[in-house]
Amino acid sequence: MIEALEARFKEVLPDVDHCSLRYQSERSESIAVRQDVLQPVSDGTDAGVMITVAHRGGLGYAATSDLTRAGLAEAVRRATRWAEQTAGRSVADFSAVPYDVAQGSYTSQVGTAWNSLPLATRIDMIREQCARLKVDDRIVDWYAGVSHTEGETLYLDNRGARLHQAFHWLVPVMAVTANQGGETQTRTLGGYGLGRQGGAEVLDDVGFHIEAPRLAREALELLSAPDCPTGTMDLVLMPDQMILQIHESIGHPLELDRILGDERNYAGTSFVTLDMFGSYRYGSDLLNITFDPTRGDELASYAFDDEGRRAERAYIIEKGILKRPLGGTTSQARAGVEGVANARACGWNRPPIDRMANLNLEPGSHSLDDLIGGVERGVLMATNCSWSIDDSRNKFQFGCEYGRLIENGALGGVVRKSNYRGVSATFWRSLAAVGSEATVQVMGTPNCGKGEPNQMVRVGHASPACLFRDVAVFGGA
Amino acid sequence: MQQYFYDLADHLTSLLQGEEVYTAKFAGEASDFVRFNQGAVRQAGHVIQRGIGIDLILGRRHAGASTTLSGDSAEDLARLSTLVASLRAKLALLPEDPYLLYATDVQSSERHAASELPAPERSVERIREAAAGRDLVGLYAAGGVGSGFANSLGQRNWYETNSFNLDWSFYHHADKAVKADYAGFEWNDAAFERKVATAVDQLGALSRAPLTVDPGEYRVYLAPAAVNDIVGLLGWGGFGLKSHRTRQTPLLKMTTGEASLAPGVTIRENTAEGVAANFQSSGFIRPDAVTLIEGGAYRECLVSPRSAKEYGVPTNGASGSESPESLDLGAGTLPTSAAVERLGRGLYVGNVHYLNYSDRSSCRTTGMTRFATFWVEGGEIQAPINVMRFDETVYRVLGQNLVDLTAEREFLLDSGTYGGRSTVSGRMPGALVEDFRFTL
Repeated sequence: MIEALEARFKEVLPDVDHCSLRYQSERSESIAVRQDVLQPVSDGTDAGVMITVAHRGGLGYAATSDLTRAGLAEAVRRATRWAEQTAGRSVADFSAVPYDVAQGSYTSQVGTAWNSLPLATRIDMIREQCARLKVDDRIVDWYAGVSHTEGETLYLDNRGARLHQAFHWLVPVMAVTANQGGETQTRTLGGYGLGRQGGAEVLDDVGFHIEAPRLAREALELLSAPDCPTGTMDLVLMPDQMILQIHESIGHPLELDRILGDERNYAGTSFVTLDMFGSYRYGSDLLNITFDPTRGDELASYAFDDEGRRAERAYIIEKGILKRPLGGTTSQARAGVEGVANARACGWNRPPIDRMANLNLEPGSHSLDDLIGGVERGVLMATNCSWSIDDSRNKFQFGCEYGRLIENGALGGVVRKSNYRGVSATFWRSLAAVGSEATVQVMGTPNCGKGEPNQMVRVGHASPACLFRDVAVFGGA
Repeated sequence: MQQYFYDLADHLTSLLQGEEVYTAKFAGEASDFVRFNQGAVRQAGHVIQRGIGIDLILGRRHAGASTTLSGDSAEDLARLSTLVASLRAKLALLPEDPYLLYATDVQSSERHAASELPAPERSVERIREAAAGRDLVGLYAAGGVGSGFANSLGQRNWYETNSFNLDWSFYHHADKAVKADYAGFEWNDAAFERKVATAVDQLGALSRAPLTVDPGEYRVYLAPAAVNDIVGLLGWGGFGLKSHRTRQTPLLKMTTGEASLAPGVTIRENTAEGVAANFQSSGFIRPDAVTLIEGGAYRECLVSPRSAKEYGVPTNGASGSESPESLDLGAGTLPTSAAVERLGRGLYVGNVHYLNYSDRSSCRTTGMTRFATFWVEGGEIQAPINVMRFDETVYRVLGQNLVDLTAEREFLLDSGTYGGRSTVSGRMPGALVEDFRFTL
């Protein structure tokens, strides 16, 4: 298919300033067991191309699943027509965007390919963990599953770019729900945020084979636990909450297309403005954030983005100071600032926009015991279950499945309905200690939504546990 | 698209062996998408997509798969032949499914919403004219959307619409903006100009210096778009039978008698007056309406075929997720024209943003104000407010603190385009509410 597409693309190339072809295919399988019953097993295949044309300053795209020469020719005709129609009516001169002309490839690092295991083995592996969740009559729902996707992309343009990338993504999920009277509590494995690139070894790496009893026990503990206390106090966030905190209050506000206003009608704008880069204190000296698509085990790793730009690791925030936005080639040209390779599309039928890919908080030097030991009165929270933030990505409120009191430097009792709220512009300045590499967890979600038309993409986050001072914390209704 | 799908369905029937049965669901669209920022075009393009999902069934075993279709008949027929062969091979490896249920009463149907859309470039010009001198940002999406169902028992269902949806905002400055929407089946310049004029009127109010409101409890008027988001959140696990039987519904306290909504609150899944198809992926036909909440008390659940089998009750044609697609909140008695006057002193909330449950067992939700939200005093709009976070239970908003719902309702089409263009809608009144809690 790849070779055929290359040949057909050359045959239909129009005489325009820039023309690219992006082929994207995915083969997916979802296996889940709920209440010890295998759910319908489903496979999916999806493949198509997007032709993008920039001409005389205008920009047009056309997406089709018809990969014949005639199909590509029709897509070229439609994309060219839109480029002509929008010339002189666009937010920028798209013919002047300096797209990279690179050749290269990328393949996910895979230990044991998921689909190399027999189907019966894959099902049994999941069924076994599901069964371990039902430990008590108060467990009213329990579920385990694995989604696996193989992806392939090809990017070509009329200047000689040729990029081929192949991916394997694995997303394990596990959830257990306990009920007593009018109270229901759920524990999940990492808040549905344990997706990574790789094969069956990912399940070992994220504890899929061992965590079921702990999750069930904790769901039951929460039923009779008191609500999280209300007040201003110290807060230790575990990695499976940190990823949400990073995602919502660092990742999204730093997306350059939001700063340029593209998202204002849907996902929102940003409290960050272009003049802040290079000098704005985003957080304490301990805050170091990297954009790192080169890290092989994360969900959104790649060698090139969907505008053909080579991906490299870069500091976004260093020692608390804002360094650069998350903006790809087009946004960089529009804004006149240096960014990263993060123009990405969720599939062949959507155009690339600025996404955060892998965005990580670099580890510090403290053990988890150090973090807890540094708290006189506070709460430790784990596993995100509620997320909400304003359209400028400033005022947030997040909730966690599981909380523990911290008193005089030691963990205390379990608390439920743990919530906290704050303001991005000041919250990260209260970062008081960062956990060491030993506390880091590599996580990722396939469900980051944004864009008009809407797109859902995979993002990766790796983070240690962190300590924040003087946070507004509260519990249930 | 319809005949193409039916031809594929006939081909699938010809591939079956012995006692095999299949169900198939088709979705396709041909859409133009034009994205605007600052009144200029950011991205413009065309998307043609078609996909089919098949469930091959033998006794109580079944295996499912979905695939993109190319639109080329020979290619797609060959693709389906390969797919059925692979599903047949997989069937032998799968256990029986105790909760398998599919429609066996053949109920075929067709629904076409015929219309003439203008060429997209013509709409783009009208939009650019409206944007002249203004900061317009948003998306114009237009074209045909089709969905279908078929099975080997001979059932055929088709739903097709040809529509447009311009979802846009006029920005005044920073995050101060007016949200507007113009959607339908035939573009009418005069109707569009009226929408623009209304938005421009509201834009004027945003020129006043914004106020910052202290956290606390305020009397509020929630415009229909805000009510749609709050009631829509309940669709996330609130009405499905599975979420009720596993005690995960945020409306749990309504089912145990610990809580209720106001007597004037009636919520229905109103398929007959929505724009979503009235059939689902296992072939069941939805009733015209399912009454979810009536007179403030919980009534019926949305029941998918799978839940029906699991819990031993009839299905009402709900999707697998048991989420509503055509929510309808009954009207009250408050004339919309009198809403600001009746609000008196408090907040006029035009839109809300990014809702989530903050205490699911108590149906407590949090979210932000967004777009046109104003401080009202003496029954008149005074100034826009800076965004505020609310954290409040639905039992108070639509229960003990609900003063009234408006007599008029708005029909709100979902502008969502995840995967494809949405056919979800809501029919909502505005709501006047006492002591609405703002926290940040």
